[in-house]
Amino acid sequence: MVNVTDQILRDSLLITPGMLIPLFPLIGFLINGLFGKYLSKSITGWIASISVLLSFICTFYIFINLPSTGALHIDLFNWISYSTLNISFGFLIDPLTLVMLLVITGVGFLIHLYSIGYMHGDEGFTRFFTHLNLFIFFMMLLVMGSNYLVMFIGWEGVGLCSYLLIGFWFKNDAYNDAAKKAFIMNRIGDLGFLLGMFFMLFNFGSLDYAVVAQKALLLPVGSSILVSITLLLFVGATGKSAQIPLYTWLPDAMAGPTPVSALIHAATMVTAGIYMIVRSNVIYALAPFTLEIVAIVGVATCLFAAIIGLMQNDIKKVLAYSTVSQLGLMFAALGLGAFSSGMFHLVTHAFFKALLFLGSGSVIHALHGEQDIRNMGGLRKYIKVTYITFFIGAIAISGIPPFAGFFSKDEILAKAFEHSKVIWAILSISSMMTAFYMFRLVYLTFFNDFRGTEETKKHIHESSSLMTIPLIVLAGLSIIGGFIGLPSVFGFTHQFQMYLSSVTDASKELMKENIELNHSMEYILIATAVIAAIASILYARFKYFTKKEQPSEDLALVGFEKAVYNKFYVDEMYDTVIVKPLKVLSDLFLVLVDKLIIDLLVNAVAWVVGLSGRMLRLVQTGNTGFYVFAMVFGIIVLFVIRLLI
Amino acid sequence: MKEVATNYVPQNWYLLLSTFLFCVGIMGVLFRRNAIIIMMCIELMLNSVNLLLVAFSAYSGNSDGQVFVFFIMVVAAAEVAVGLALLVSIYRNVASTDINVLNKLKW
Repeated sequence: MVNVTDQILRDSLLITPGMLIPLFPLIGFLINGLFGKYLSKSITGWIASISVLLSFICTFYIFINLPSTGALHIDLFNWISYSTLNISFGFLIDPLTLVMLLVITGVGFLIHLYSIGYMHGDEGFTRFFTHLNLFIFFMMLLVMGSNYLVMFIGWEGVGLCSYLLIGFWFKNDAYNDAAKKAFIMNRIGDLGFLLGMFFMLFNFGSLDYAVVAQKALLLPVGSSILVSITLLLFVGATGKSAQIPLYTWLPDAMAGPTPVSALIHAATMVTAGIYMIVRSNVIYALAPFTLEIVAIVGVATCLFAAIIGLMQNDIKKVLAYSTVSQLGLMFAALGLGAFSSGMFHLVTHAFFKALLFLGSGSVIHALHGEQDIRNMGGLRKYIKVTYITFFIGAIAISGIPPFAGFFSKDEILAKAFEHSKVIWAILSISSMMTAFYMFRLVYLTFFNDFRGTEETKKHIHESSSLMTIPLIVLAGLSIIGGFIGLPSVFGFTHQFQMYLSSVTDASKELMKENIELNHSMEYILIATAVIAAIASILYARFKYFTKKEQPSEDLALVGFEKAVYNKFYVDEMYDTVIVKPLKVLSDLFLVLVDKLIIDLLVNAVAWVVGLSGRMLRLVQTGNTGFYVFAMVFGIIVLFVIRLLI
Repeated sequence: MKEVATNYVPQNWYLLLSTFLFCVGIMGVLFRRNAIIIMMCIELMLNSVNLLLVAFSAYSGNSDGQVFVFFIMVVAAAEVAVGLALLVSIYRNVASTDINVLNKLKW
C-alpha cells in the first residue's frame, strides 16, 4: 500500500515539470514569433536557447526521479469523443520518451547555442529561432504523445518546420524546390501513417499505445490486419526517416542552414520513424513479415546510401548520405527485432552526427560558404578546434573503440550476425564504406594544402566560442556516449537496454530469440569490424593524404563511378517515371477536364442566369397600371388553380 | 337584431352586393389612371369585404366578425393617411396624379 501511495505522490510531483517540457519551446516560439521584431537580435537567440535549456532541465529532473519501470501519464483533455471513440490529448512519459527527450533537448540546446554564432548577421535571425523553437515543440509532441494521433500532430508539425527551415533562404529558387521536395516526399509517407491510423481505429477502436498493443495481442501472429497496419506505418517511417524509396529529399534538404541539418536532418526529426516503430514494437513483433520488409529496406538503404556517399564532393551531401545510411542501419536493427539496439544507435548517432554537421558548418563558416571539398584542404592548421572535434566525430561514426559509434554499431552487427550472415556482411561492408568516406572527407578537408583561392585563404578563421563550445561538448559525448550501453560480452550490464526494458520487454517475449552468440564468436566479430574500419581509414589516408589524390572533375568520370557520382540517377528516374507523366497528365486534365468540361459547365450556368435576367427584367416596365394588372391576374390564376386542384 | 337582419334580407343578397362592389373596385383599380380614384377603389374593395364579414357575423350569430371589421376600418384609415400623404408628395414632384406618369422605377 505504501508503495502505491508513494508512486502517486511521486507522479503528482512530476506532472508539472512534465507539462512544462513542451511549454517552454512553445513560449519561446510565441515570444519570438509575435514580438521578435521589437526585440534585439541577441535577445531572441538567447530566448530560444534558454527555453530549450529549461526543457532540458525539466526532462533531466523527471529522468532522475522516474524509475525505469515507471511511466507518467498526463491527460490534458478529452479531445475527440464520438460514440465509442475516445481520443484524449495527453502525454506519456516513459523511458523511451525520456531518451528521445534528452536527445532533443540536450543536443537541441547545443545546436541552438551554436546557431547564435552561426546565424549571426543573417537577416532572418529571429525567424530562424522562431522556427527552431516551433520545431522543438512539435518534436516533443511527437515523442510525448500518449496516442498515435498526438504523435501524428508532432509528425506533421516537424514536417512543416523542416519545410520552413530547408527553404529558410527563400530567395533562392533551388532551396525552395528542395523544401517543396522534402514536404511532398514526407506527405507521401504521411498518407501511409494516416491510413495506418485509420486501420487501427477501424480494427481496434483506439489509438492509444497501450490499448492497441493489448488488442493486437489477441490477434494471431502475422494476421493480415497487423501486417497492413505495420506496413502502412512503416511507409510513414520511410518518408520521415528517409529510407528507400523516399530518401531522396534528405540530401536535397541540405539547402537549409547547417544547424538545421544537424538538428532536424540528422539528430532528431529523421529519427522519428525509428521512435515510432520502437513505440509500436509490440505490433511490429506480431507481424514478422513487416519486420522482414523493415530489415530489407534498412539494409538496402544502408548500403545504397553508403555507396553514393563515397563519391560526393559537397561536404554536407556526404554527411547527408551518411545519415541516410546510418538510419538504414537503425531500421535494419529494428527489422531484426533489436529495438533497443536501434534506439541506442539513434542516441549515439545523434551525438556524433550533430557534431559532424556542426563541424562542417564551422568549416563552411570559415570558408565563407564554400561547401565543395575539392576547394578545401589543409584546414587543420587554421581551425584547430573544429579539426579535432570533427576528427573525433569521424572516429566515432567509423566504429573505433571506445568511441560512441563502436558500441552501438557493433551491437547491431552482432544482432545481424545472429539472424543472417548475409545481412551482417552487407552491413559490415556499409560500415567500411562509412569509415572510408568519412576519412576521405577528413583528409580532403583538413590535410595537405589549401586548394581554394588566395582570397579565401586570407580570411580563414576559427569560429567564435559560441560555436566551438557545442562542438567540444558534442565531441565529449561522442567519446563517452557509448558507455551507456557497454556490451555484456565485456562483463558489463547493458545499462541502456535495461533502462528501455519496460518498453521493449513485451515484444522481446514475442520474438523468437535466437541462441545468444558465444563470447568467442562475439570477440571475433568485434575484431573483424574494428580491423575493417581501421583498414578503410588507412586506405582513405593512403589515397587522399599520402598520394594526395583528388576527386576527379565531374565530366571526367565514366561508367560505374559516374553513376555513383550522379546518385544512381534516382532523382532523374523519379523525375521521368513519376513527375513528368504526372505533369503531362495534369496538362491533359487542364485542357480536357478543366477548360473543356468544368469551365464550359460553369460558363453555361452563368450564361443561362444572365439570359433569364435579361429576359425577365423586361417585365419591370415601371408602369403602375401594368403591375396592378399583373397582381390581379396573378390572384385570379391562384384562385383558378385552387379551384381545379 | 339578429332576427331582423335574417328575416328581411336573405344572405345571398349581401353576398351579391359585396361581390358587385368588389368587382367595381377591381375594375376601377385596373382601368382608371388617376391615383386618387385608384385609392378610392381600393377602399371600395376593402369595404365590400367588410360588408361580407358583418353579414356573415350577423347570420352566424357570432360577433367576432363585427369586431374584426372595426379593426380593419382603423387600419384602413391609417393606410389611407399614408397613401394620401404619398400622393401629395407625388403631386408636388410631378404636378400630376396620373399613374402613367410614374414610370421611372424600371430597368
